This record gives sequence, C-alpha cells and structure tokens, in this order.
Amino acid sequence: MSGTSSGNTPQGSAGAPDLQPPPGDYGPRHLLLSRSTQDRLYRGSVRGVAIAAFVLLFLIGLFLLLKSLPAIDKEGWGTFLTTTGWTTGGPHPSFGILAVLYWTVVIAVIALIVGVPVSLCAALFITDYAPLRVRRALVALIDLLAVVPSVIFGLWGLFLLQPNLEGFAKFLAMHFGWFPLFRSPAGNTLFSNSAFIAGILVGVMIVPIVTSVTREIFSLTPPGEREGAMALGATKASVIRTVVLPFGRGGFIGAVMLGLGRALGETIAVAIVISPTFIISGHILSPGGNSIAALIARQFGQGGQSGAEALLGAGFVLFVFTLIVNFGASIVVNRSRTGASA
Amino acid sequence: MATTTLRWVISPDRAPEGSELHRRRTKSFSAADLALLVSSAAAAVSFVWFVFYQLTPFSGAAGFTLASIAVFLVVYYFANRQVFGRMAAVDRVVASLVTLGSVGVVVALGLVIGFLFVRGHSLISWHFFTHDQKGVPQTAPASAGGIGHAIVGTIEQVGIAVLIGAPAGVATAVFLNEVGGRITAAIRVVITAMSAVPSIVAGLFIYVLLITEFHYGFRGIAGSLALAILLLPNITRTTEEVLKVVHGSLREASMALGAPEWRTVWSVVLPTARTGVATAILLGIARIVGETAPLLVTVSSNTAMNLSPVHNPQEALPIFVWQYYQLPLAKDVERAFGAGLALVGLVLILFIAARLIASIKPGVTNRMVSRLKRTPKEAVA
Repeated sequence: MSGTSSGNTPQGSAGAPDLQPPPGDYGPRHLLLSRSTQDRLYRGSVRGVAIAAFVLLFLIGLFLLLKSLPAIDKEGWGTFLTTTGWTTGGPHPSFGILAVLYWTVVIAVIALIVGVPVSLCAALFITDYAPLRVRRALVALIDLLAVVPSVIFGLWGLFLLQPNLEGFAKFLAMHFGWFPLFRSPAGNTLFSNSAFIAGILVGVMIVPIVTSVTREIFSLTPPGEREGAMALGATKASVIRTVVLPFGRGGFIGAVMLGLGRALGETIAVAIVISPTFIISGHILSPGGNSIAALIARQFGQGGQSGAEALLGAGFVLFVFTLIVNFGASIVVNRSRTGASA
Repeated sequence: MATTTLRWVISPDRAPEGSELHRRRTKSFSAADLALLVSSAAAAVSFVWFVFYQLTPFSGAAGFTLASIAVFLVVYYFANRQVFGRMAAVDRVVASLVTLGSVGVVVALGLVIGFLFVRGHSLISWHFFTHDQKGVPQTAPASAGGIGHAIVGTIEQVGIAVLIGAPAGVATAVFLNEVGGRITAAIRVVITAMSAVPSIVAGLFIYVLLITEFHYGFRGIAGSLALAILLLPNITRTTEEVLKVVHGSLREASMALGAPEWRTVWSVVLPTARTGVATAILLGIARIVGETAPLLVTVSSNTAMNLSPVHNPQEALPIFVWQYYQLPLAKDVERAFGAGLALVGLVLILFIAARLIASIKPGVTNRMVSRLKRTPKEAVA
C-alpha cells in the first residue's frame, strides 16, 4: 500500500495542472438511505430470529404459570408458598414449596461460602500472579471445568467427595457442635447426603462462572493506577487491596450473583447427593435437604396429573427466582464493565 | 582488586551493599525464603497430623488437607513476620493463599476426571460402544451389553439441537451487533437472562408445550428442542463478543466497494470471525452434551437402540448415567461410570477441538486475508 502511494504522488503533482475536473453536477447532493430487497430480507430475518428468542423467554414463564395454575389454585398461592410438606396424591393432597425453597437457598449459600473465596483466589492468581503460560493453562482448565456435565459432578460428589467429607462433617459436629450451624440431632451418627456435602459440591461447580467473570473484571483494572501503587512501593497484596479489589468490587458482586443463580438452579448433582426431606431444620451436617430443581428431577413422573402440575408450580417459582437473581447480576456486571463502580 | 571488581560487574548482586556496583534484585526467592516455606508447611502438616490422628478420631483426607492449609497460612504468616516484618508477611500469605486456591481448582478438575477414569476405564471397549442394554440378563457381567443406544441418542438429540440452535444463535448475535435497533437492549437483557435459565426449566417448558399440550409423547426431538433453548443464548453471547472484535474498517471497506449489507456480513464479517464463531458453537455443544435434567423430562429413556428421534423414547448418555448409578448392583454402577467416561470423553473432544480452532491465527488460514496481505508486494514487484 505505502509503496504504491509513494510512487503515485510525484506523478500526480506533476500532472495536476493539466487535470480538469470531470464534468458533472457539483452542487449539494441528496443522500437517501434506501435498502435493496435482499438487504431488507436479511435485516428482517435476523430481526425475526432475535425477536423469536425474546418471545421464547416470555412463553416459558407463561406456560409454566398457566399449566401449574390448576394444581396451585386448588391449594391457593398462600398455602403453596407456606406449606412445607409434599403430598400430591391421595385424598388429602397438601404440598408447598417452603421447605424446598429453604433448602435450595441453604445449599446455594453453602456453595457460595465454599466457591466464592476459591474463585476470588483463582481470578487474582490469573490476573496478578501467574506467568503468562500458567495463566493461559489455568484459564483453559477452568473453562474445561465449566463444561464438565453436572451428572459427572454428581457421581464424583457421591462416590468420592462424600466419603472424604463425612469425617470432616463428623469432626465439626463433635467438636464444634456448640456452634448453632454445626449442630446435629441428638444421637445422629450419619453425616452423609447432607446439605453440607451438596453445598460443597455445588460450590465447586460454580467456581468456573464466578472465576471467569471476576477475572475479566479484574483484568480491566486501569494499569496506571496499578503501576502507580507499585511505584509508591506497595507490595502485591496492597496493590490488590487498594487498587484491584476496589475497582472490581461491583463486577465481583455481580459474578457472585451469577454464581448464586447457577447454584439455585443446579439440578442433577444435588439430586444425586441429597436425601430429600420436606422439613425445615438447621441441621446442615446430617442427612436431608432438598432443592427445587432436584425435587423436579426426582419426583417427575410420579403422582400423576396433580403431581406434575405441582412440579410445574415449583418450576415456575425456581424460574422467577433465578430470573430475578440473574437480572440483578447482569445489571451489576454491565455497570461495572463500563467503568463505574457499583 | 581489578579482578574482583570485574567479577562484581559480571554478577552485580554479589557486590558489597552500598558500593556503586551493587544493584537490587527486583525479584528474588532466596534459600532462606524456601526454608521458611518448607518448614512452615512441614510444621503445619505435622501439627494437623498430630491433632487429627492422635487427639481426635480420623476425619478424612479432605478435612486433613483443609486444616493443614489453614494452619500453614497461620504458621507462614508468623514465621515471615518474625524475619521480614508484617508487610512482607501479609504479602507472602496472600500470594500463597491465591496460589493454593488456584491449585485447588486444578486439583478438583483432576480429581473429577481422574476418578471417573479409574472407575470407568475397565468397560471401555468397542463392544461397549456398539451394543445396547436390551435383553441383557440381570446375571450378566458389566461387560455384557453396552451404551451404543445412548451414544446414538445423544448424537441425534444434540445434532438436531445444534441445527436449530446454532443458526438462530448466530443470527441473533448478527442482529445485536450488525443490525440493531430500538429493541437491541431489551433483547440483550433477555438473552443474558435466558442463558441462566436452569436447564430443568427449559425441559419443563418443552414438556408442557409438546407433551401435555399436544400429547406428542416422549421423543428424542423433544429433548433436542429443550437443548436448543439452552444452546441459543449461549452461542449468541459468545458470538456477539467475537463479532465485536471484527474491525469496523473491514465493514466500511466492503460497503465502500458497493457491497450490500447482507453481503458484508456474509462475506466479510462472518468469515473474519469464523474461528471465533466455530469456537462459540463447539463450546456451546460441549455444554449441552452433558445436560441431564431437560432430557429427563422430555426424552424419557429406552434400553434398546432407537435410531429415530421422532418415534418412541430414546436413550442418551447422561440419562444412562443417571439411571444406572441408582441401581443396586455394583455392575450397574460400573456401567454408569463407563457411560460417564464416554460422555466426558465426548465433551473433552469438543473442548479440545474448540481450543484448537480458537488458536488458529486468522491470517494463516483465511485465504482472503492472506491474499490481501500478498497483493501489495506483488504490485511492487
């Protein structure tokens, strides 16, 4: 490109006096944006697809609601949201989402307590500590962790994680039983299939999403401020504390919320590990617990028509719940990406 | 004297402090540091070993590791504080905490895949991949029968899902990035929300629509539709990121040559971004291949080979795993692990393919770009 233009310039300047402007109208031009039929077809079709995707989400919510209404109407919304048991068949059906919702949240919170610090460490390691080659490898491995199917995590949780964690849970119950969270029922000797183990498993599963969003936000830290802190003699730890974390706080909170959304909706891994209960209790170390998604996976196909409708109601509650969490998360993350701290 | 000075010039670190030739090492991890690290780790592990095995009953490898790490960080902090002061101690503890956290993630991944391999590799054989479970007697060993029907089911269900979801996902991304309009923001928000819809909810939607509303019955294609719902937002989001990177001057050049918009997208934007788009699609597929929950409520299951996705229930690899691990016999659990290993193998292949494609430099394979690069030289010659 540069070679040809430098070759042309002297010629052009030499021949310039001889050149006459080509004949034509040099007045103001009327510019009109008119698209060809093909272009209109193309724009219309991609817009149509996008709108179809938009409509689909509404349909999902609408259908779940409409289909679950008959069963829930019989119960009443108030009852559905405040009952703890789950008896859909028989002469006296009585079911509600309260206990299941409670355990869903408990497992998700345990997952966050386990998964978020690890994700934060991994994200900081990638942005601030790792050499380039290690960084690339770690990013790839975390991406790989994100595509491991949840049924595989479930098998791993049940057959490897649980036998190794039971002892730890027992240890906590025996020596820290005075702490309300680690209390277990009197005479309890079983520490398997608990919300604790399910929570830790889900905690491992949310690490990829939380890490990758956090890493992206942290890597946007203005280099000037980072270098400024270093030039002032700050250690890496104080650079992280005074520059990286304050800058990335909003995005990090958003990433945690995205992780919460994942944890709330996790189905198969929880269903494999947990032994379902419909009672609200504070015993996270002893067997028992539940989650809406796991309930649907376990109970699907049981309890006939009313059972299916009740599960649809549960699905609707889960849908709304995760939607709220994820909307919040994406708003927070997007605001943080544009540079403003939340 | 002269020789010693020369030696300091060659290795300035050894020059006496305060001398003109002395320079600071900006990064160092001396033998003393290493000794601190190793002795702290040894102290922590032996302390935890003593508490766990001598004072309290055995409590599992996981508890042991976690407690060791916690004690190590405390010991390491105080040891460093003694030698280097508080600030350096905090810095080193943070560095080791961050490193240990990352190592933990890698170890977890290694354990997931390693454990699956250990438990499942004995079944992997051609026979296992090509036979179904129809008519396999209860008394037969784990190697009898196979997962051929599940593999066929998974390939068909995922294949149809990709045929529906991938073009729609890419088209939505093209709309968001190339066409736009007043509804862009709303659609982007909804796509983000959709990408986080729990997979079982997508399955329930198809169940309600097809199976209870239209009495269609459990079919492979119902599962495909549920998977497509999960695939679409995933592909859209990654593809949009890729399209954003395509340089605006390429679009403008195409337009300036008189190409209509669709031609610009089809012949300039998408080819430039094609490695990225291919990666987005492959990663999307890798993510839906292992989905169990949506298939559970749409495809049901089948012990026999069923080639047709539109007649009768099919099997799928994740469903096979989900069913067989619950069976009481050890050999069925073994089959579940075998199928799980096959599933992870499939995911790994897709993942590695995505990585390889992503690592191709566009200038090397993209014929258009390399031709553009060549042209000026030829013109000069």
